[in-house]
Amino acid sequence: MSLTGRIVTVYGNMVTAEVDGSVCQNAVAYCLRSDGVKLMSEIIRIRGNLIDMQVFELTRGLMVGDVVEVTDDLLSVELGPGLIGMVYDGLQNPLVEMAAKVGNFLEPGHYLKALDRKKEWDFTPTAKVGDVLTAAENLGFVKENIFDHNIMVPFTLRGEWTVKTIAPAGKYTVEHEIATLEKDGETVSVNMIQKWPVRMPLGIYKERLLPTTPMVTKQRIIDTFFPVMLGGTYCIPGPFGAGKTVLQSNTSRYADVDLVIIAACGERAGEVVETLREFPHLSDPRTGRTLIERTIIICNTSSMPVAARESSVYTAVTLGEYYRQVGLNVLLLADSTSRWAQALREMSGRLEEIPGEEAFPAYLESSIARFYERGGIVELKNGKKASLTIGGTVSPAGGNFEEPVTQGTIKVVGAFLGLSYARSYARRFPAIDPLESWSKYKGIIDTEKVDWAHDFLKRGKTVNEMMQVVGEEGTSIEDFIVYLKSEFLDNVYLQQNSFDEVDAACPVERQKYLFELVTSVLAHEFAFTSKADARDTFFTLTDQVRNWNYTPWGSEKLAEIEKSIKETLAAKGAAK
Amino acid sequence: MNKYYTKIDSLAGNVATLKAKGVGYDELAVVEGKWGKSLAQVIRVNGDSATIQIFAGTRGVSTGDKVSFLGSSMKFSFSEDLFGRVFSGSGEARDGRGELTENMVEVGGPAVNPAIRLMPNRMIPTNIPMIDVFNTLVEGQKLPIFSIPGEPYNELLARIALQAEADVIILGGMGLKYDEYLFFKNKLEQGGAMDHTIMFIHTASDPVVECLQTPDIALTVAEQFALQGKKVLCLLTDMTNFANALKEISITMEQIPSNRGYPGDLYSQLASRYEKAVVFEDGGSITLIAVTTMPGDDVTHPVPDNTGYITEGQFYLKGGVIDPFGSLSRLKQQVNGKTRDDHRAIMDGCIQLYSKCRETREKRAMGFEMSEWDNKLLSYGDDFEKSIMSFSNNIGLFDALDQCWKLLADHFEPRETGIRSNLCEKYWVKKQA
Repeated sequence: MSLTGRIVTVYGNMVTAEVDGSVCQNAVAYCLRSDGVKLMSEIIRIRGNLIDMQVFELTRGLMVGDVVEVTDDLLSVELGPGLIGMVYDGLQNPLVEMAAKVGNFLEPGHYLKALDRKKEWDFTPTAKVGDVLTAAENLGFVKENIFDHNIMVPFTLRGEWTVKTIAPAGKYTVEHEIATLEKDGETVSVNMIQKWPVRMPLGIYKERLLPTTPMVTKQRIIDTFFPVMLGGTYCIPGPFGAGKTVLQSNTSRYADVDLVIIAACGERAGEVVETLREFPHLSDPRTGRTLIERTIIICNTSSMPVAARESSVYTAVTLGEYYRQVGLNVLLLADSTSRWAQALREMSGRLEEIPGEEAFPAYLESSIARFYERGGIVELKNGKKASLTIGGTVSPAGGNFEEPVTQGTIKVVGAFLGLSYARSYARRFPAIDPLESWSKYKGIIDTEKVDWAHDFLKRGKTVNEMMQVVGEEGTSIEDFIVYLKSEFLDNVYLQQNSFDEVDAACPVERQKYLFELVTSVLAHEFAFTSKADARDTFFTLTDQVRNWNYTPWGSEKLAEIEKSIKETLAAKGAAK
Repeated sequence: MNKYYTKIDSLAGNVATLKAKGVGYDELAVVEGKWGKSLAQVIRVNGDSATIQIFAGTRGVSTGDKVSFLGSSMKFSFSEDLFGRVFSGSGEARDGRGELTENMVEVGGPAVNPAIRLMPNRMIPTNIPMIDVFNTLVEGQKLPIFSIPGEPYNELLARIALQAEADVIILGGMGLKYDEYLFFKNKLEQGGAMDHTIMFIHTASDPVVECLQTPDIALTVAEQFALQGKKVLCLLTDMTNFANALKEISITMEQIPSNRGYPGDLYSQLASRYEKAVVFEDGGSITLIAVTTMPGDDVTHPVPDNTGYITEGQFYLKGGVIDPFGSLSRLKQQVNGKTRDDHRAIMDGCIQLYSKCRETREKRAMGFEMSEWDNKLLSYGDDFEKSIMSFSNNIGLFDALDQCWKLLADHFEPRETGIRSNLCEKYWVKKQA
């Protein structure tokens, strides 16, 4: 079955080999170092009998003439129960297990099975002998944490298959046969493991739906002003230091979804470590279990080989699609898609392709578009709705949004949460720019009301710009109040202290309540004696509402603070 | 045993190509000619030809020079004997005390498995309030000092090195001026730190390729010490020179440049060095502080820009002080919640007010009338610069926090500070009647 060839060129992580026979684009090949170590690689170009491969490891020590084994398999992932809570590298090697086996360093040439072969799962059959099923229909389920993890007819089977045998309820390992299926005299044995090539979208469902349910992130500026929907896509571009990482980490903690897949793609190892060490100890308010029990981490950090970084986002999105197939609402956070694009660029450079803008390959935009299109909300064959939401960060060079990756991403996503350096500079977090950002989705609060509040921000900015020119003394008190109101809205609603236990996550109910409270201030007809009086009153109001934000929901103190806010308002003018 | 090759086909920049068989990628070679011996490294093998970059450059290399391959990638001796020694960028003794050949370790090996890393959680005190209070340095952190040429970045580096209580100090100098090298040597000797210091120095007059090796050797040695449970402080200056060396080689190799001539893999190249910063389970760690000079004070220049995305924050050196706005320590949250309960609030409060002060100064510069509030901000800003920002301050964290409270009380009412009321009640310095 498998062919062998000989290496003719080694240049960085690109290796060219000479092979006779038929080879498949994107198939996996192994380069055999003279000391016997096998390095995994993927065929990315075929010219005559020459194949170009991107090697997923350091190529140090490879020589001309070394043997290459070419397989028929496309780069694939293993799918099945036991993925949740795991930490994988970009090729789905479990990193914790790897450390136990290989030690502190990621030595080249070690590959481990993604799913635990020894663990037994409690299987309950739902299909009966004689049932006629198609790909992705349920045979039964196992309990994975709190989820019913459906065991499905293999995705690769075409047509209608009859259940010939099915295992009775009981404990089985993932490799144990749980059913046999038959079609036209052909019989296949099915266990809990499915394999799927990462570059092919996995979607077997009745129909794809329009996203209509907001995905609550508990971040006020997102949920109220720039919402994201279950099955939608969004991007967070921002210069370094603007708070992308903190925002992604908060989203991974608080977002109202069943499963979060974190793809740490070419970013700092430290950030993964933080998730890794903290999530097992943090509890998920939705379920009371720990956060790690609803998280999968795919991590190919910046010092790990660059080719595996390129494949890591596909590994992540395939796992996401799989759990959507199982019936969950999944959120994929890709941090950062720019690093992935850079990996594309590095390979394209080595292939000596004609470069596009900033040396990125010409297919950059279509690759980005294809990636985000893999998200979506669907109706599965069993009538259940499930979704995959994709949020990607972008790290534009120099913070300039005109660069190719940001531009290629903005076109295809449903919400754009642009981070601004100016806001982070002024320590206004989350530093999402309220005037630059947009969302095509509808959030938890009436669009009309949101627009009305948002208008204050625009007007406030205009007044502020005007004040820079004519000074405070040249500004009318009416305009000055508009400015103060916009600052107030910014300070107590848009900004959120992610290090405060209470303020870090603002649930829907609380958000709606606060929005009404803030609206009552914005709508208030103030009567001030002077600008100093106005500024002073707004200092007080801001201080009061901020303390309200820090006070636990439902506590007595909350009502007290609210009362004092009302008093401050009553002392200065009347409600409109 | 080694085969010799005596026919070099092409020479360009620091790169030579020759016909050779059985050569491994990344393997080391020796080029020997009339002007002496130099190490070289294989950077491409293609059919029967190998491309090598010669550490000492190709000046004076003849096509008939003898090239032999060593059969392995770069290695460096590692032991306690390294303390107090000075080496060149390619690992040769610079202090005339002879080469070390024992216990050779591979330079630039694979990355650390993220799953075994620990979260950095110990503060490194520096007695510089702008660092300790506002952007706390943490053990295991990687942090660059962004600076325009001419700022006292090497002084800052030396001060941190002497203050930081590390078991091992490793200095990697890239493209250093000779007097800068002497400055470090003198400072560390005066501070009594030389007995646990190792220096790898590439000066501006040394061959460019050696500049590329400097951080790799320095970090390899650092990693070995960290694996032994030592707390290592690794100082690299200046990474912009390293990036420029990368640029030079990649242009010679006819790679398509991505941005201002730098290669497309600049990010990965920088990251693989910076990511050596680590905390291991048995207590060993590498803290990495690197100088990145910014040509033209332009933070969007590819080198500082890529660096900023890799590192855990940056110290922004501007006008002789650490600028509170551009500077950031991403790991400060890991430690500043445990120092004192007012640390975070002071950190945010003081900076927000100082930021407003700067806006007010702009207004004043344009000739606008100053309100009472504006005047408060202005006088606060002046005092803040004098008593907190200036480098001449050498005080511990708690003293610095107290000083901040005093400063706030001198100029403001508690609610004007934006600091939550329960902290103000506890720490506010009551005005003397």
